[in-house]
Amino acid sequence: MYINELIETLHPLERKVLPVLKENIELKELINKTKLEEVEVIRALQWLQNKKIIEIKEELKEVISLDKNGQEYVKTGLPETRFLRSLTKELSFDEIKKKANLTNEEFNISLGFLKRNDLISISNNKIKITEKGKKHEETKEKFLKKLPIEMKDLGKQKEIYEELKKRKEIIKVDIVKLRYVKLTELGKKLMNEKISDDLIDTLTTSIIKSNAWKNKKFRRYDIKVNVPKIYPGKRHFVNQAIQNIKKIWLDMGFKEMQGSLVQTSFWNFDTLFTAQDHPVRELQDTYFIKNPSNGNLPDKELVKKVKLTHENGWTTNSKGWQYSWDEKEAKRNVLRTHTTVLSVKTISMLKQSDLPCKFFSVGKVFRNETLDWKHLFEFYQVEGIVVDENANFRHLLGYLKEYYKKLGFEKVRFRPAYFPYTEFSVEPEVFHPVRKEWIELGGAGIFRPEVVKPLLGKDIPVLAWGQGMERSIIDYYNIKDLREVYNNDLKKLREFKLWLR
Amino acid sequence: MPVVNLNRKVFDKLVGKKLTTEQLKDRISYLGTDLEKIDDKEIIVEVFPNRPDMLSEQGFSRAFSSFIGVKKGLRNYKVIKSTYKVIVDPSVRSIRPYTACAVVKNLRFDDEKIREIIQIQEKLHVTFGRDRKKAAIGIYPMEKIKWPIKYLAKKPNDIKFQPLESNKIMTSIQILNDHPTGKRYKHLLEGKDKYPLFVDSNNEILSMPPIINSHNVGKIDERTKDVFIECSGFDFNTLKQTLNIIVTALDDMGGDIYSVEINYGKKFVTPNLNPVEMKLDLNYVNKLLGLNLKQNDVKKYLEKMGHDYKSKVLIPAYRTDILHPIDLVEDIAIAYGYENFNELIPKISTIAEENKFEIFKNKIADLLVGFNLIEVSSYHITNNKEINNYMNLDNDYVKLISSNEEYNALRTSMIPNLLKILGNNKHNEYPQNIFEMGNIFRKGKTETGIEEETRLAVVLCHSKANFTEIKQIIDSLLENLGLNCSTENIEHNSFIPGRVGKIIIKGKETAIIGEIHPSVLVNFGIETPVSVFELDLIKLKELL
Repeated sequence: MYINELIETLHPLERKVLPVLKENIELKELINKTKLEEVEVIRALQWLQNKKIIEIKEELKEVISLDKNGQEYVKTGLPETRFLRSLTKELSFDEIKKKANLTNEEFNISLGFLKRNDLISISNNKIKITEKGKKHEETKEKFLKKLPIEMKDLGKQKEIYEELKKRKEIIKVDIVKLRYVKLTELGKKLMNEKISDDLIDTLTTSIIKSNAWKNKKFRRYDIKVNVPKIYPGKRHFVNQAIQNIKKIWLDMGFKEMQGSLVQTSFWNFDTLFTAQDHPVRELQDTYFIKNPSNGNLPDKELVKKVKLTHENGWTTNSKGWQYSWDEKEAKRNVLRTHTTVLSVKTISMLKQSDLPCKFFSVGKVFRNETLDWKHLFEFYQVEGIVVDENANFRHLLGYLKEYYKKLGFEKVRFRPAYFPYTEFSVEPEVFHPVRKEWIELGGAGIFRPEVVKPLLGKDIPVLAWGQGMERSIIDYYNIKDLREVYNNDLKKLREFKLWLR
Repeated sequence: MPVVNLNRKVFDKLVGKKLTTEQLKDRISYLGTDLEKIDDKEIIVEVFPNRPDMLSEQGFSRAFSSFIGVKKGLRNYKVIKSTYKVIVDPSVRSIRPYTACAVVKNLRFDDEKIREIIQIQEKLHVTFGRDRKKAAIGIYPMEKIKWPIKYLAKKPNDIKFQPLESNKIMTSIQILNDHPTGKRYKHLLEGKDKYPLFVDSNNEILSMPPIINSHNVGKIDERTKDVFIECSGFDFNTLKQTLNIIVTALDDMGGDIYSVEINYGKKFVTPNLNPVEMKLDLNYVNKLLGLNLKQNDVKKYLEKMGHDYKSKVLIPAYRTDILHPIDLVEDIAIAYGYENFNELIPKISTIAEENKFEIFKNKIADLLVGFNLIEVSSYHITNNKEINNYMNLDNDYVKLISSNEEYNALRTSMIPNLLKILGNNKHNEYPQNIFEMGNIFRKGKTETGIEEETRLAVVLCHSKANFTEIKQIIDSLLENLGLNCSTENIEHNSFIPGRVGKIIIKGKETAIIGEIHPSVLVNFGIETPVSVFELDLIKLKELL
């Protein structure tokens, strides 16, 4: 860069600092000479250094200065001096304390010191100044008056320093950072140039209107410099991912389902042919509502069909679970344990003319789990169903494969599994490209006839799947602990990259 | 899910073919079992709860052997008729009414076999037996028993015997209170005026189900050859199935199964190992699988799953999970191999539709992001301290059954959660202007007695946050929806008096707005002013 172009890049602050620069000038001196704020000078020096005009050398030094008591003693004298001065005649302990205005602590220290150095003598509890005492000159006070000084300049005063250091809050030692400027070759050259001030710094409306910009030069910016960070408003990253997932299903022709988070056990479990003594219906797995503990059952006809299906299979051609179904158990309110409850409610409202149809939802579900790095008690479930007389197992695999592919998982495989309300049951697994292993990601199947027939009036295949969402998105954000998904650390929320899938 | 440990040597022998570790990994997965661990000595698998018959070395190996095509089709288990009798006394009717029993002879026990038997018993207890509630299993050495056996109930004080793992005679009450197994299962006899017993003809107590066997007559060891097995519980059918699973496993160990006559007044003979018949329509199979299988293919696949197929399917007596022909279709699919199906998306036309309210919520969120607000996402489950105490409120709320004090209530407002977030973010840069949309809960006239309302809360937190700024946001939000509002003063303990109001749109109270009271801020550990509004989004949408 030519030197005159370099001159054009100089910021007003740099222009104020430059004229007073000389070899080895210290920051304090620069501040005094430029009459700028410290931060302004530091910024200017930083920029000048970036432009390789100067180098900044830092030096640490230890400075001895007065502490709280020291500041006081400089004015009133050290306690031992005051002690000695008050001894114009023989005095008792109390009289001295009073006359010299000494605290008990000061009195004791002074007494020790004076006695050790034979400056006083004591007899019959009376204190008298000695001849040596009368001639005594207090060097410590002189030292205090000289402060602040640097540790390296102590010289012979080292002993005095050591003694005062032991005493309470008389002196203190601070480590001070000194910054010296060293001019580079470029800097030295620049010092010989005339630095014109006639540049436009900030372009203003009036400069534009008045044509004052014509024939003038603009100050050149250092565009490589870092600028302060700002942050945009933003959707929560989970919701960004949800939008993407919703779009995948919408693209495939699915209709969105929504519904309440609190449901009766009837919808959450019984319609899904989950036997009433199934462990999932116990307190350690499911959040039951304490108050109000029970809800209402839907129309009697449906309740009867579900009851009979559990007990003996009703007309579904199944044997059922062979037990006595209890209406009370079905009334218990729960926080929904899966969004599959939305699917069964949807199926129960379908008419023949609605078929074939496809539905999805993304919604919160709840499990009575202890919160830890791999378990959440509330999480999002992605859910889908296809109600189609001609649906088959291959279609189920087809929809799932397409979904996981769109979600970013190229390799998908399907393994046999078990869920009480599906038969077939499938566990889709995706291949984790980093961990190089298959990871289970959700469950799927075809609803059992015992689920579909009571709801729809006939047994047709309903393809169904559900998948906990959080586990499929945390890799993208490099989150290892599931709890971090909902801890709402605003710094992280501001800095996370967008969901770009 | 229950985990079963398989001794690799025993497993290989039972399967009848040695596969490499890689082959085993692949095949075990595709049989529908989660492989936990595999090495030269041991295989650990997780068995799905619908297959209790696979909870033993014998049962698992049997299913696996068929699956890989070594020993296919229905296995023949012979039940030898005997004169053994168990008499069920009416006194058990209201206590633990049913039992199903068998005798298995010529077992040669060693440490390994005892381990296997205990594993079957334990795994069945935990899963199919619902921790002994639904089914409890007892196994006894035959040589000490004088037949016939009685199943009866006696008053707790009249029961005395030396239980397993104890060196003294105890009363039933002592067993339930002091014996570790007694304490563990005590709840299963809670409230009963009599306790059930198996007693032989010498009046010797065999066991007190479902708690514990006696030390004298109920302990098997290496010398045991023949055993008596009973399952007790509340549903005869479940017990018969449990018994079938055990005796077939013992038969696979080399034992011979003998029947026992159970006399409830009416007489039954158990076990019954005759296969169960089920009709299966070939069209049904092909329609569901999307395949074009022939009769012979279906037969081949069913045999790989341990069934036989003549004009009907013959299902082994230990398969408790086959309730419906669909279950057989799944078995065919597993035998065919899930990995061999070609995925297909059918060409059917359906119209996609996003939920209208969700669309509305997204539009609102997009607008709020334009105000430089950050969206947060918090839990619905909270506690009374945060929703009421910290907010200076005492409102009714929906309680959960939960042993965790921190998570036992459903939120009644979005505001406490957002304040909690601010309290946790004090070390981060300000301004902290955030929002969340979500459901809150209160009692109401719905199916469950609980009403859910979707709310939006916007919270501003910085050194100059005030009423004006938050009001500007709601005004602008409403203006963008083509609405405007008026404000009315209200009293609210969470806010600074005189700086809180309700927002009225088209005559309907739709939101609350104000500056949070410092006492509330202090409760949440916040040291910076906060202004907030909370808006009912459902009502808002209705007003559009």
